[in-house]
Amino acid sequence: MSAIVDLDGVTFAYGDTVAVRDVSLTVEAGDFLGLVGPNGSGKTTLLHLMLGLHEADEGSVELFGRPIEEFDDGGRIGYVSQKATSRGGAMPVTVRECVTMGRFAHAGRGRLSKADRAAVAEAIETVGIGGLADRLVSELSGGQKQRAYIARALASDADLLALDEPTVGVDAESRDAFYALLDELSDGGITIILIEHDIGVVTDRADRIACINTELYHHGDTESFVESDALAEAYGATGQVVHHHH
Amino acid sequence: MSEGSAADAGDAPDGPWTGRGRDGRRTAELVGVGVTGAVAAGMIGFLLLYWAQDLPVASELYAAFRALGRGMDAAFGTNVFRHPIMWQSMAVGVLVGVVAPLVGAFLVHREMALIGETLAHTAFAGVAVGILVTSSTGWNGSLLLVALGVGVLGALAVQRLTERTDAYGDVPIAIMLSGSFAVGTLIISYGDGLTGVNIQGYLFGNLAVVTPEGARLMGALSLIVVGGVALTYKQLLFITFDEQAARVAQLNVTGYNTLLVVLTAVVVVGAMQVLGVILVAAMLVVPVAAASQVARSFRETMYLGVIFGQLSVLGGFAVSIGFGLPSGGSIVVTAIAVYLASVVGSGSAATAISTHG
Repeated sequence: MSAIVDLDGVTFAYGDTVAVRDVSLTVEAGDFLGLVGPNGSGKTTLLHLMLGLHEADEGSVELFGRPIEEFDDGGRIGYVSQKATSRGGAMPVTVRECVTMGRFAHAGRGRLSKADRAAVAEAIETVGIGGLADRLVSELSGGQKQRAYIARALASDADLLALDEPTVGVDAESRDAFYALLDELSDGGITIILIEHDIGVVTDRADRIACINTELYHHGDTESFVESDALAEAYGATGQVVHHHH
Repeated sequence: MSEGSAADAGDAPDGPWTGRGRDGRRTAELVGVGVTGAVAAGMIGFLLLYWAQDLPVASELYAAFRALGRGMDAAFGTNVFRHPIMWQSMAVGVLVGVVAPLVGAFLVHREMALIGETLAHTAFAGVAVGILVTSSTGWNGSLLLVALGVGVLGALAVQRLTERTDAYGDVPIAIMLSGSFAVGTLIISYGDGLTGVNIQGYLFGNLAVVTPEGARLMGALSLIVVGGVALTYKQLLFITFDEQAARVAQLNVTGYNTLLVVLTAVVVVGAMQVLGVILVAAMLVVPVAAASQVARSFRETMYLGVIFGQLSVLGGFAVSIGFGLPSGGSIVVTAIAVYLASVVGSGSAATAISTHG
């Protein structure tokens, strides 16, 4: 087992506001890591630090065994941002065009090859939206959109899938189907980092959990997380009472 | 896979864009793009011929071309096509109709439409500087070359500003827009009376503003823009659609953003001759907006944008020539008419889908 992501003492602040403090954690090949924490706890920032979208103020980040500054094999990562899936963008891009972008990290300037096109078609089939290849992404439902983005990651032959709250605004049934797909991919050996606010979903699916609220409260397998007090500590010892107004 | 295949394949639109309908549509687009490309190539050919008219081989061809122009005037009852200067302006217009939507397709969908407007105003400051340089030094260079230089510098400045503010925040852009225009007006007032340059032509667009050097510059710039977009289409598309994912895929996002704004500056300076500073951004935005209403893919957006851009330019020229109106306003009003037609068209297409469903 080799480390896919290795964070060592990573700290990051937006101006004076520290978002992530002294976090060290390792994601091994084949892990399905759930990244949990309250709203504004620095989950997305931590993911951005792992992917090189932010530069750490202190500490070091390694991707696939290389310092993040030297990492240049973008095709190994499939990233689905919160923004990408939640925005209602009116840009007319078909599912096929979207998934084809997954090949761009490999294709350079040249035209796409037959193998590229085959990889795209296969990825679209794998996520179960073969009938929608020529539809516009903007016309898809939330769950279908997620699948299109996952297909883009698969088309790039990514070893690491990084998903930031992929099922926001997706109905319960589609969400279950989506997580079943992630399970399949995880069983196939792909490494997954998933940010998800629904802790029940994460503990059902992920085999490892990182729980953060600026600092890392827990990092280990899911059973030890469920038994620990990390959740209560990270979310505030008294817990949060949710009032439903009728 | 519950929500995947079966249910969704069922409600895929069986309207005009599946099967034979889609093939027909694709053929029509390719024909449209082909005709547009041929017209643009013909116009570049004319510019070369006009340039080389005194050379032995070219002179005969050029004479034949002039005869064709006179024939067209006789046929249409106009006094337009016999004048090479009109062809020169039309060549610039046709080329603008091709390159502006090519660049605009990315700008519009990155919500960077204001950047085009800003760069036009920067280029206006460039024209002002050019006038000053020309009148005070007697240097007989092209105003547009100076405007191009200032426009590209402005583009790089805009790029730096947006990187620093971490978003395409519109406040620094707005300051730059009005600031460069203000500098332009100051320079022009300072140099008032020094030259007989028609500054109104640069503001509102005028077919008569186009000089032979300006037209040739537009020809060269068009080749650069078409080549630039063709070579970087994939990367620009990825960055436009999902910038963060493109960064993670290790694309040089800053580099491609810079390329896009520089290409925009190039288009703006070329287009300014016939459209005018105030209206030039419209050609970057309106044909693309029209295309986005009806396009069924991004590639189609580019094709339709170019076709709609061309319709706008040719229609605008017809209005401009027919009624003796400024070319800039005529072209933009025509473009907006095309846009409205596409809104109506997409509305009826959507109704067709929903009745099918």
